[in-house]
Amino acid sequence: MPQIAVTLTDDAIDFAALTESVRSPLAGAVVLFLGTVREMTDGRRTVALDYEAYPDMARDRMQALADDACVRWPVVAAAIVHRLGRMELGDISVAVAVSCPHRKDAFEAGRFLIDQLKAEVPIWKQENWADGSKEWVHPGAPTA
Amino acid sequence: MRIAVRLFARARDLAGGPVIELELPEGATVADVRTALLHARPQLQPLAASLHVAIGSDYAADDAAVPPGADVACFPPVSGG
Repeated sequence: MPQIAVTLTDDAIDFAALTESVRSPLAGAVVLFLGTVREMTDGRRTVALDYEAYPDMARDRMQALADDACVRWPVVAAAIVHRLGRMELGDISVAVAVSCPHRKDAFEAGRFLIDQLKAEVPIWKQENWADGSKEWVHPGAPTA
Repeated sequence: MRIAVRLFARARDLAGGPVIELELPEGATVADVRTALLHARPQLQPLAASLHVAIGSDYAADDAAVPPGADVACFPPVSGG
């Protein structure tokens, strides 16, 4: 049975501990993805991001994605953490760690987990632009 | 039946609060939730075409039935990561 952990946290993400948590003698490959707060978006300067979630659904969707990954790839262990609240430039907002016997599967499973998380897990970010304005990020929706 | 709809992100801000109570007939669908929601909070109209509805932890299509007592949520496109 693959080892799965999905977490929402208000605290800084310890990516070293997360990576360690998916290491196993059964796995020859460990992939870690970190999403971090970027300063520039389409020429505009960000000073901070605020993240919020629908926590119960977000955890269930993250668990469902991890279960799906385990059906599609020989996952030994997977751990997904999303941080919520205020984050400054460079802070880690999300981390995905996955281990598989071989690297091709580990890369593919990790890519799948972060891509699907961004597409369907109910978490939202609000930009705090350098000009003092705030703006929810809702891809495809009309802006304010 | 009375349904409490949870709102998030810009939908909550536009609606002016995190929960809206709606009165719906038994057998109501997700489409009925959308209609009632926009009637109760017309300021959500700019987001209407992009709003998702969830029942429990699953995204729900417009023809899905809303069971009495269901956890219903409505929110704009997600942007985590």
